[in-house]
This record gives sequence, C-alpha cells and structure tokens, in this order.
Amino acid sequence: MKLTGENIIEVENLVKRFGSFTAVDNISFQVKKGEVFGFLGANGAGKTTAIKMLIGLWSPTSGKANVAGFDLFTEANQIRKNIGYMAQRFSLYEDLTVIENIQFYGGIYGLRKNILKERAEELISELGMESFRKELIKNIPLGWKQKLALSVAMIHKPKIVFLDEPTSGVDPITRRQFWDLIYNAAEKGTTVFITTHYMDESEYCDRVSIMVDGRIEALDTPAQLKKQFNAESMDEVFLRLARPTESISK
Amino acid sequence: MNRRRFFGFLQKEFRHIFRDRRTMLILFGMPIVQILLFGFAITNEIKNVNVAVLDMAHDDVSRDITNRILSSEYFHLYQNLQSEKEIETAFKSGKVKEVIVFENNLAKNIYSKNIGNIQIISDATDPNTANTIVAYTRAILLNYQQELNKGTKPPAIIQTEVRMWFNEELKGVYLFVPGVMTIIMMLVSAMMTSISLAREKETGTLEALMVSPLKSWQVILGKVIPYLVLSFSITLVTLGLSMFVFHVPIRGNIFLLLGEVLLFVITALSFGILISSIAPNQMAAMLISMMGLMLPTIILSGYIFPIDNMPVPLQVISNIIPARWFISMLRDIMLKGAGWSVVWKDTCVLAFMAVVFLFLASRRFKMKLR
Repeated sequence: MKLTGENIIEVENLVKRFGSFTAVDNISFQVKKGEVFGFLGANGAGKTTAIKMLIGLWSPTSGKANVAGFDLFTEANQIRKNIGYMAQRFSLYEDLTVIENIQFYGGIYGLRKNILKERAEELISELGMESFRKELIKNIPLGWKQKLALSVAMIHKPKIVFLDEPTSGVDPITRRQFWDLIYNAAEKGTTVFITTHYMDESEYCDRVSIMVDGRIEALDTPAQLKKQFNAESMDEVFLRLARPTESISK
Repeated sequence: MNRRRFFGFLQKEFRHIFRDRRTMLILFGMPIVQILLFGFAITNEIKNVNVAVLDMAHDDVSRDITNRILSSEYFHLYQNLQSEKEIETAFKSGKVKEVIVFENNLAKNIYSKNIGNIQIISDATDPNTANTIVAYTRAILLNYQQELNKGTKPPAIIQTEVRMWFNEELKGVYLFVPGVMTIIMMLVSAMMTSISLAREKETGTLEALMVSPLKSWQVILGKVIPYLVLSFSITLVTLGLSMFVFHVPIRGNIFLLLGEVLLFVITALSFGILISSIAPNQMAAMLISMMGLMLPTIILSGYIFPIDNMPVPLQVISNIIPARWFISMLRDIMLKGAGWSVVWKDTCVLAFMAVVFLFLASRRFKMKLR
C-alpha cells in the first residue's frame, strides 16, 4: 500500500441529528488514497449513520465533507459514480442468477456491454465461481454470496468502497478470504472504508478510528493506538475507550 | 449512459416477474377464471324453472293459462298436484320453485263475476329468484287478461312496456366484466408494485439502488413500467375474452376506453408506491393492500353491491374509492357507448386522485431515504 498522502475523504465537523438525538457529533477526519481505513465503534455509536452520510444516503445536519474529490452537499451525484457500497445485509437479488446480478449492477453503474462482459468473466474466475454462474443466489452458500457481493460492489472500479460490517455472521475462513479480496482491492489503489466490530480485524487496517457516542475518540494506526493506551491488543484499546469508567479514567 | 442504466433496471424487473411462475399463473389465470365463472355460472337469468300446478278448475281458462306459462322457455311443468296438501311436499322436495293454484270454477267466476283468482306461491328461500319468477308469471297472466278484455270496453288501463336498455337480456356478465377488470388491475398495479418495492426494502437492495447513480425517479419508474405493461395486457386478455366468448359489447370508443384504463392503472400504481413507502416489509405491504385496498374496492365500488342501495355513510365513503369512478366509467363506455362528454367528470376525479397519490408517494419515498 503506497500511500501518496493525498486525501480522498475529508470530513470536517460533520453532525447528524435526529430530533433531539445527536447520532454523529461533530466528527472530523481524513482518509488517504489507497488506505484501508477501519471505522470502529460499539453498536449505536454512530458508525452506520456516518457511513450513510458519506455515501449520500442521508444528508448531514451540518458540517463539511469531500468524498472522492466531490462536495457531499453539492455534488452527491458525482460521488455516487465513484464509490461502491456494501451493507450489512448484502444486496444481491436472491431470485436472479450470479451472472444476472453481476450484469445488473454493472448496468446501473453504466458499464458498456463489452466491458461488462469482460469484467464479469474476470470476476467469476477470480472468485472461482465458474460452477455457480447460472445458479440462483438463493441456492449458493452464504460465504460465496458475501464474497460475490463485495466484488459486485466494486464492479465499476470505484475510487472508494464503503463496507458496513461486511463480515458479520461469516465463518473465519471466509473472513480470511474476504480480507484477501479487500487487500487485493487496496493494492490496486481502491480506498477501503470499513466498519467492523471484530477487533482482530482492526489490526488489518492501516489506520483505525474509534467512535464512542457519536464522537471520534481515537484515530491512528493500530500500533500507535496500542502504545497510546498502553494496551496489548486492540480489544483492550477499545474497552478502555468505550467504558472509561470501568478502567482507567483519562 | 443514462438510458443503458435504466434499461438494465427494467430488464431486471421483468426477470423478477417472469421468474415467479406461480404469481404469473395467478395473475393471468384469475381474470380468466372469474370471467368464465361470471359468464357461465353466476347469472340472474331464469330458465326452465320447475313449477307445479294445482288445477281445481279444470276449465278452458285454467288450461289456457297453464299452456301459456309452460310454452314460455322460463317454466317447465314438474308436477300436477291433486290437493292443497301436496303443495308443501312439493316445495320440500326442493325441485319445485313455484306452485300455481287455480280456484274452483275459475272460468265461471271470470265471466259472471268479472273476477277470477289465481294464487302464485313461490319458494322464497332465495328471494331474488322468487321475485323474478313471480314477476315473469304475472306478466304472462297480465297478457292473458288483456286478451280476455279485447273487444269489450275495458276500464281505463295503463299499459307498461318495459325494455331493458343496454342489456336487453339482463346478462350478468355485462355487469361483472368491468368489475373483474378493475379488481385485477388494482391487484396487479397496486398490490404487486407495493410488494415488489417492499421486498427491495426488506432485503436491503433498495439501499444499494439509492447509493448507485440511478436517480430515485428512475427506480420508481423502473418499478412501475413492468407492472403497467403487465396489467394492461391482462386487461386486454380480459376484454378479449368477454368480447369473443360472451359477446359483451364495447359500444363506445375503444381508445377512450383504453385511455381510461391507463389512467386507472396509473392511479393504482401510485397507490401501490404510497403503500410500499409506508409498509416496512412485504407482509405488511400485502396486508395493507388487501385490507385497505382490495376489500373496500370489492365492497364499496359498486362492483357487486349497488352504491345507491348503501346506507348514506357508506355512499359517502365510496367516493374516495378510485374503483368506484372507474367502474362507472367502464360501464358507461362499454355498455352505453358514452363518450367524453359523459365521462369527463369521472375522469377528472380519477386524475385528481392519481396526482394526489403520486405527490404523497414521492414525498414519503424521498423522506424515507434522505
């Protein structure tokens, strides 16, 4: 991962309120091009809200953000063309075949027919899914679906791919393969923005931010974070941040 | 590039629809079965009703009247009764629907006293049929009475000449075809669209679509067009079937008819989108369409129960049922041959509803996502 130092995501004082509840409370951070950026936090810490704002699904209450070189408020349409997104619930159509799903998503991202055909073949052989080509999604194992969903989310070679807890409910072997795919993408220059609550996975990230109650409480490389909090593992770092009263208060 | 995106979306929608064979079968099978049922089985026409005659007169008049009644195609002599006691047994057998009793000395009474009595007894377990049978019998008797009075100078008589316009033979299928068409369109347009959108919401694919460069109007349009095509073609099948098998006439302008069909489909589709924006999942979408849409449509649209006979509060409520306006327009155009000058008011009401639904739906849809 050669980081050029160029920022591909810049967030400044971003806020999202639902009525009187502040889900995302004034967060600011930058993500560098080609980085694997871990976005951590307990359930309800505001991760999903933050990600949904960055991909243009929900509009922020206030603040500034620039994603893939475009302004979040004025150029959301441009952002959409340059990002990929995979949600907790992977978004493949159960009643369509593997190849039909690939074609559909390639189509709505505006890929030309010949390019799409090429990409589809490439993707299927990379995943080793030749035998599943014409199988309906509902008939293939969960692990395969998950890997396919990730590849499909990147079919248009986006600059950034947002992954919202992509590995929840997946067995350890598939998780390893999943991370291989993620590294592969990062190698090719795609920035990966990933939320997870598996702390061991955060060790695979270049940099990690930890959200607590809508605020970013820590942001650094895993090694630095462990040093800063004098912890042995990311698990410990996380516990100290999430439950400061139970451990050492800052 | 934009067009390619959209067509890819359309292709996917059609795949969903055609892959679901069972639903397709139901959608195309149901209107056909309903039309056949209404055409062949459910009918208000009376034919070959079994009657029994208790003739205590045995004279020219009673024989003459019996012959007249039986020579019409409506009645069939099942039994000649010998005594009053047998009347009840005849009815209880279930075969006889009407008994005609001629009094003793009928002819004599008519010629000397100017009055003769004939009793008509009918089985009113089915009141509608009983009414119809009695009416037919009286009509025959009235005819006979007029012939008796010929040549003599009768007291002033008001003659009624009844004609059943637009449906001379009182065929039930005429009444039901517009209703069946409406129900099917409602079902395909509103229910199927709402279920299909709710499914995308449930499985999370809607989110993926909203993140993609597809615009939200493209998503909605892509959802709507396949069902528009589907319900339009089902309507054509229904119409064709009723025209060629049951000879239901289309007396008005066919293009006006199809135009109104299109308007109604759009109204129903917007309603479907509105439902799906409220419903969190497929199950809820189906229940809302069933309870909130299908039932009121069937009961309050005038499809089965005439609106004029309803209690006033229900009549008022029926005004907000789109199908009510549509069915009345269909009947006007198909059976009466009415033109634009007649249906423009109903058209406006329907168009207004479509606009309101569409406005609410698009607002709710945006709110949900943004």
